[in-house]
Amino acid sequence: MRSQDTVALAAATPDRPQPYAELGLTSAEYARIREVLGRRPTDAELAIYSVMWSEHCSYKSSKAHLRQFAEKAPPTGALLAGIGHNAGVVDIGQGYAVTFKIESHNHPSYVEPFQGAATGVGGIVRDILAMGARPVAVMDALRFGPADAPDTRRVLPGVVGGISFYGNCLGLPNIGGELAFDPCYAGNPLVNALCVGVLRRGDLKLAVAQGPGNKVVIFGSRTGPDGIGGASVLASASFGGSGEGAKRPSVQVGDPFMEKLLVECCLQLYAAQLVVGIQDLGAAGVSCATTELAAGGRVGMRVDLDAVPLRDAALGPAEILMSESQERMMAIVEPACVGRFMEICARWDVPAEVIGEVTGTGRLEMTWRGELIVDIPPGSAADDGPVYHRSAQRPAGHSELAADDPSRLPRPASGAELRAGLLALLASPDAADKAWVTEQYDSYVRGDTVLAAPQDAGLVRIDERTGLGVALATDGNSRYTLLDPYAGAQLALAEAYRNVAATGARPLAVTNCMNFGSPEDPAVMWQFAAAVRGLADACATLGVPVTGGNVSFYNQTGGVAIHPTPVVGVLGVHDDVRRRLALGFAGAGASVLLLGRTTAEFGGSLWARVAHGHLGGRPPRVDLDAERRLAEVFAAGSAGGLLAAAHDLSDGGLAVGLAECCLAGRVGCTVTLPGDPFTSLFSESAARAVVAVRPGCEAAFAELCADREVPAAVLGTTGGGGLTVTDGFSISLDELGAAYRQTLPALFG
Amino acid sequence: MTARVGVVTFPGSLDEKDAARAVRLAGGEAVPLWHAEPDLHGVDAVILPGGFSYGDYLRCGAIARFAPVMTELVPAARAGLPVLGICNGFQILCEAHLLPGALTRNRGLRFVSKDVRLRIEGTATPWTRLYSGGQEITAVLKSGEGAYVAGPATLAELGARSRVVARYAGANPNGSADGIAGICNEAGNVVGLMPHPEHAVDTLTGPSADGLGFFASILLAAARA
Repeated sequence: MRSQDTVALAAATPDRPQPYAELGLTSAEYARIREVLGRRPTDAELAIYSVMWSEHCSYKSSKAHLRQFAEKAPPTGALLAGIGHNAGVVDIGQGYAVTFKIESHNHPSYVEPFQGAATGVGGIVRDILAMGARPVAVMDALRFGPADAPDTRRVLPGVVGGISFYGNCLGLPNIGGELAFDPCYAGNPLVNALCVGVLRRGDLKLAVAQGPGNKVVIFGSRTGPDGIGGASVLASASFGGSGEGAKRPSVQVGDPFMEKLLVECCLQLYAAQLVVGIQDLGAAGVSCATTELAAGGRVGMRVDLDAVPLRDAALGPAEILMSESQERMMAIVEPACVGRFMEICARWDVPAEVIGEVTGTGRLEMTWRGELIVDIPPGSAADDGPVYHRSAQRPAGHSELAADDPSRLPRPASGAELRAGLLALLASPDAADKAWVTEQYDSYVRGDTVLAAPQDAGLVRIDERTGLGVALATDGNSRYTLLDPYAGAQLALAEAYRNVAATGARPLAVTNCMNFGSPEDPAVMWQFAAAVRGLADACATLGVPVTGGNVSFYNQTGGVAIHPTPVVGVLGVHDDVRRRLALGFAGAGASVLLLGRTTAEFGGSLWARVAHGHLGGRPPRVDLDAERRLAEVFAAGSAGGLLAAAHDLSDGGLAVGLAECCLAGRVGCTVTLPGDPFTSLFSESAARAVVAVRPGCEAAFAELCADREVPAAVLGTTGGGGLTVTDGFSISLDELGAAYRQTLPALFG
Repeated sequence: MTARVGVVTFPGSLDEKDAARAVRLAGGEAVPLWHAEPDLHGVDAVILPGGFSYGDYLRCGAIARFAPVMTELVPAARAGLPVLGICNGFQILCEAHLLPGALTRNRGLRFVSKDVRLRIEGTATPWTRLYSGGQEITAVLKSGEGAYVAGPATLAELGARSRVVARYAGANPNGSADGIAGICNEAGNVVGLMPHPEHAVDTLTGPSADGLGFFASILLAAARA
């Protein structure tokens, strides 16, 4: 074994070859590191730059585009912390703020579904915790390959089991999310986890190291060899590693019990005012936390890596720096507070250790066995990574795809055909009942869950006295986005916005997870650029800023990328959750109304896919002004107590929407379709919803819709034991329920 | 003076906030008890809440049984102090041998979170006296290891001595023996229940308010004591 690589040795041996390529750095990036340092990097420094300048941590391919989210952000006084922090923080009034974010854990969840998904939950919860907030709920947006594919039977139960295991044990209600299937996700499942947390407005914490002399404390789980991306490289002789080519798990293993202790411990530390700055340890572990804390405070930091508590004493410094062991945090603590800090950690049985201190040098210095092995400007790793303006080009065949309009497809016409079409859609895995999944998630814990799956949005009470709450929904239709990434991203936002509004909440802020193929493919980059532009433009129009999010590239197997899949999360504020709107028809005798304008829009529709396996044409037209007016109708209808039910229409159109209202409330309805039956039932025109108006409130609601120029067509009334379409067909609740409920259990047991 | 009901927090307890809220909604005072303190603070009754005490490592409830607070709780329970163990609390009571039998992995081996119908069969306990015999209520089941098992002799005795407090009405959700959802000790003061009545105290956040009866019952019992 070779002796330790040190700063002094690096200066003395400038020509020593280094495995930068194996660590994912280009020769130009390597040259830039040498330029920044004025010498070659040490092994440990190379480890830091390789993870911090990775696509995952540096956003080097996406940064140039993501700037639009800030540049085009609508003016709002609600944003307390925006893009660039662990999560965005929004003022929701009454002295409360909420922080929320969605993040991907796609690749680990394919390799090891259970732990991959579990640690995805753990990671996003720590992001929220690091903002000074108590995490209060989670959601998951999931995409898998074909529901009946053998590998989906491996991946889906594992992912759901992992989310269930981690979230349930952590005591966070799972209040909703998405589940969709498409062949494009075979080999590239998407696991996007969202967490929302609550804090008092003044209690915001930031990842900023301040005050030379303050101590750097690492606390939580001990550091082990798990999740080291380049383990095989690190273990090789040329990198001065420790192992004998040891195979180490590249997917981290989660301990939700430790995370629960860490949550309670942190909240107590915050309450006792013992924390100057805090950062969670996620991707890139100690490398990321130290460089970001120091860069955030524009200070220096001295760290003794020997002091990091280890689970495996054989770990070398580069491995400690790159380890992604879960359930760890790093805090900056005033020397006088360290004793009390340690007492609280001990109360929660959380290991904690002082590993360094803040300095005024502006350098991040690390020692190992008494020798200096890292000496870098922290901002060079944390903030000044490479930025690429990658080339973008419209994918080959895209204009043919857009021209392949579904209008040529044979359509059902008779009552019997329409009836069969509805049942086929309802039984398709995308539309079918998700109880097989959601019954594995605790949605009740903490006792503040007002709405959870299968409702349009999750709704959590924040204040028991006033009824203040927050609603959350995530959406994203990758068929639409494939056909038109600009419009598809806007439709994702529009749907999440509409889902939140449908509870009676006022949409306030946005998070997003951009799941795409390789940024090195100009066709993917074209999709990405258009989707970001579309989302930024739509956020500006709707007045809801993007507060943070995540980009996941390289979701592709071989040369085939997934459909571009922006998943958009919208957060809304509900002034009084006791007035929330739910989707189920609650009783007989209420008028059923269709809100919004329906035209024949079948491009990317669920009908085209289920009935014909077709994907082509144009996605539904985006009408953001109509979305905003519809949201106002929901808010006023909720506040005025006019509505008995409300449900957004999306995949499967009015047909699926009405069936869901009937099944959720176990109350049927009889409706007369306002136009061409096929278009009325299956079109996926946006900015639409179905509502049930409380008896006696019809006139008031009609006036409300007229004031806001929202078309409202009376379809019929609730009641009876089935869904009846006048002059068309009738389906009993039992038959609807059977079609809806049997699909996932039949596939997954 | 209103009744004081202790709610124990172990590392990994999750539903203590809900249990305390249920006590307050019923009109009582919830007193937080800490696992590491062998002190019951003179409470009139104790709730062991749901959660994953000590991560459910080794076996659900197996480590919590040895917590310092249990050194006070176990003799007090044997002397008649009313104790309600909900979900993980039920598992802890079995591990502590205050209740017979054990809770094992659900049939189907998956975590089950759903609203369930329960039939209250034992109304002589201080936790259930406000229910009528055979009354059906809706509460929340959420557990991975909720299948009650016991030997034939124990099951026969539980049935014969009216110690089955609640059974699942309708389909058995987790494979519990004889559809048992909750039992009590010989004296009736110690009750273990797998479903969560504290999540069914308000129709805004739960499927019903049926569970409030457990908390109202204990306040009544404490007032009479």
